[in-house]
Amino acid sequence: MDTTQIADAPPPTPQPSAGEQKRAARGATRPGDRIFLGLSRGSGILLLVIMAAIAGFLTYRAVLAISKDEGNFLTTFEWNTGVNPPVFGIAVLAYGTIVSSIIAMVIAVPVAVAIALFLTHYAPRRLSGPIAYVIDLLAAVPSIVYGLWGALILVPNLNGLFGWLNDYLGWTGIFDWQGGAARSMLTVGILLAIMILPIITNVSREVFRQVPQMHEEAALALGATRWEVIRMSVLPFGRSGVISASMLGLGRALGETMAVATVLSPDFLIHASLLDPGGGTFAQNIASKFSEATEFGRDALIASGLVLFVITLLVNGAARAIIARRKEYSGANA
Amino acid sequence: MAKRIDVSGLNAYYGSFLAIEDISMTVEPRSVTAFIGPSGCGKSTFLRTLNRMHEVTPGGRVEGKVMLDDENLYGTGIDPVAVRREVGMVFQRPNPFPTMSVYDNVAAGLRLNGSYKKSQLDDVVEKSLKGANLWNEVKDRLNKPGSGLSGGQQQRLCIARAIAVEPKVLLMDEPCSALDPISTLAIEDLIGELKERFTIVIVTHNMQQAARVSDRTAFFNLAAVGQPGKLIEIDDTERIFSNPSVQATEDYISGRFG
Amino acid sequence: MSTAPSHAGKRSSTLQGGRLPKWAPYAIAAGSLALGIGISAAAGLSSSIQWALIAAILYILGTYVVAAKVENRRQAKDRVVTSLVWVAFLLAVVPLASLVWSTVQRGTKVLDGYFLSHSMGVVADSETGGGIYHAILGTLEQVGLATLIAAPIGVLTAIYLVEYGRGSLARAVTFFVDVMTGIPSIVAGLFILSIMLMFEMEPFGFAGSLALAILMMPVVVRSTEEMLKLVPNELREASLALGVPKWRTILKVVLPTSLGGITTGIMLSIARIAGETAPVLLLVFGSKFINSNPFEGAQASLPLYIYQQYGSGEAAAYDRAWAASLTLIAFIMILNLVARGLARWKAPKTGR
Repeated sequence: MDTTQIADAPPPTPQPSAGEQKRAARGATRPGDRIFLGLSRGSGILLLVIMAAIAGFLTYRAVLAISKDEGNFLTTFEWNTGVNPPVFGIAVLAYGTIVSSIIAMVIAVPVAVAIALFLTHYAPRRLSGPIAYVIDLLAAVPSIVYGLWGALILVPNLNGLFGWLNDYLGWTGIFDWQGGAARSMLTVGILLAIMILPIITNVSREVFRQVPQMHEEAALALGATRWEVIRMSVLPFGRSGVISASMLGLGRALGETMAVATVLSPDFLIHASLLDPGGGTFAQNIASKFSEATEFGRDALIASGLVLFVITLLVNGAARAIIARRKEYSGANA
Repeated sequence: MAKRIDVSGLNAYYGSFLAIEDISMTVEPRSVTAFIGPSGCGKSTFLRTLNRMHEVTPGGRVEGKVMLDDENLYGTGIDPVAVRREVGMVFQRPNPFPTMSVYDNVAAGLRLNGSYKKSQLDDVVEKSLKGANLWNEVKDRLNKPGSGLSGGQQQRLCIARAIAVEPKVLLMDEPCSALDPISTLAIEDLIGELKERFTIVIVTHNMQQAARVSDRTAFFNLAAVGQPGKLIEIDDTERIFSNPSVQATEDYISGRFG
Repeated sequence: MSTAPSHAGKRSSTLQGGRLPKWAPYAIAAGSLALGIGISAAAGLSSSIQWALIAAILYILGTYVVAAKVENRRQAKDRVVTSLVWVAFLLAVVPLASLVWSTVQRGTKVLDGYFLSHSMGVVADSETGGGIYHAILGTLEQVGLATLIAAPIGVLTAIYLVEYGRGSLARAVTFFVDVMTGIPSIVAGLFILSIMLMFEMEPFGFAGSLALAILMMPVVVRSTEEMLKLVPNELREASLALGVPKWRTILKVVLPTSLGGITTGIMLSIARIAGETAPVLLLVFGSKFINSNPFEGAQASLPLYIYQQYGSGEAAAYDRAWAASLTLIAFIMILNLVARGLARWKAPKTGR
């Protein structure tokens, strides 16, 4: 069936657009080709439709909920969806989500960068390969397992550290501890840091490995120590890569559900102290409140999920933009 | 302030592979010594043993002695970082630090060694850039990134960066191979000026260049691929190019192989 | 160079610097560890986190002081960074090793054939006994269905992007695939939930599959794209030059060449969604009973089972949660290892 069609006559009906004509020139005129192109393009379009549907459906249900909200959706310190009229707002959730993610980033980014440097510049070569492999595997451990470990192993072990922080830094107010179980925003932040460590490490390691040999040699030949080589050549080159890796990690931390839900003992207040149990995050609140929620309550949770969706989109978009710019930059220099 | 280099019985390895074998030679101060030879003969590897850059390569290892005046670079207690300050290096492809300005590139080596007053740094930067014949071209854009210069200017910026720390020896690994003929000429002129102050060793693929810039020339060769590279002979450049004492040198120079 | 600062000249008179012996870092490490434990014991600090932190700080300070004394400030700084990097590595290893260790140690307590082959049917949370058969079944069905949806769509989308994609549609798809990678799993769950609310549906397994498929698709697209890009263009041109139509070229030449890599990518993405809890919690709801029909009625799943057993707060339930965690991790790790093994085995052979 292939041999008869070497010289295809142009199809009798004129093609409507220039794009279609180009495609025809590339040989998409056989039935097989047309079907195959249709299928694969259809899949791509389906992905776009799904994204649009996510935004559309979430917005629709969120509007249903917010229009009946008697409180201010952005500033109310309450989540009462079962009463009439309902009063709920995301202030506490936004605060908790941001604070726990910031704690996670403050801990995870320096440690991850240090481990990435360790793997690329310090560890014996025989060690660094297997370690990188294990870190890769750790990135695949499900968040619920981190949550279980955090709740049953990490929390009891944090009491000593919390007591310490209270003794020496309690006067700041941020590290004031009343002595309850260590199920606070700081615990959540530490656990999130442990969880996002592998992904930030992996991406940073890739970036550090790509630092051109000649930049490092330039510093070495000037008589730089290993640290000075890193400071002069490796870090400036890898900076944007580390930033985007951190943003990816941040995206994960913002949306993490199960680990927070298992470790935090939530309430609907903003606590000045990071050591006092309480507070909440968007994702944790959805998971915890979901099973008792009425249909309206679920709509309210969807509304808070929409906010989370928008925030993670912005963070991930920023990360991608940084990566894209870096590509152009390094391409121009190659 | 330039120093003499005296190499004896030097072997260099990549892992278990012997890359260059049993090299002994003397490099005279305030002169230009050129290394020539076919690709893979180990001339660049040898150059990198002279400032202990070879051991930076994974698996890189060196045996033998390299005397810089009266100190063995491979002796016990020698700090390789201090060695690289004494023996500067310019690479094949210009490699200014991409995120630093012209000024910061030149000052980079000095800043590593402690704090200087701004006026001191200004003096050294100006002097080094003048020494590299670059001052007039960049004096109005000292704060622009070094990567914005042309290839030839970048290479001269790298030379300025290397001489700013006042090394005793300057190693150049095919410094013109990535440059156009005019930039090459500028660098060659510069080498002629720099040899008044430094001991210069240059690796080059271009035999006319070796003949133009060097006082002495060393010819390296290897018996076959996979065999270690060896020093065939070193002599005054004029003699090497007119009347070498080894047949292989003459064959190489006259273009019969390589 | 009269302007050359004088102390640089002084330093360069010698290449010899004071050097710490090779064993020095180990000695400082051992010393600070002993001191850290000693101080903690004396002060009555119980937590291992505390003495580890004390030891780490002592190590870094000790390194700086010793190196600054014997060597010089620059070397001291270099050594401090080296020890910081090592300390960071060790600090990170501790929790991750503890996670693996405690899962294995506690998980093996009740993990046996009975546990794998029974459900929680008539077992109260506080009682011992019961198992995860229903949860394994649920996870396999939900993940299997999600894969059946996501893998073909993902692979076809990748084919579109690599083989056909030019112009604004391809750019839009590429961008939104990136965006989709970042969707939190709970948002994917909420999306399907909002549809279910619309049609007043009760939770069932396939709803979870749909949410998992949304999470899986972008991962499959990305990995497949990478693999297709590795197929050399010469191969395509050789086939097209023989007069083979494009779609047959893709099916018979491009896909078989990259099949190993594509399979690896799909397996890794299965491993990723198999541990997702949040969407399953919203859409499948969980159940104590065996329900083999993913299209009707609540189902269990392994990650959800762990969450619910943990939530009950009973000691016996904790044991079951650990055992289920171990099962889940084992499943995911085996998938990972097989996938990576496959990738290595199927990787294009390099010369030699």
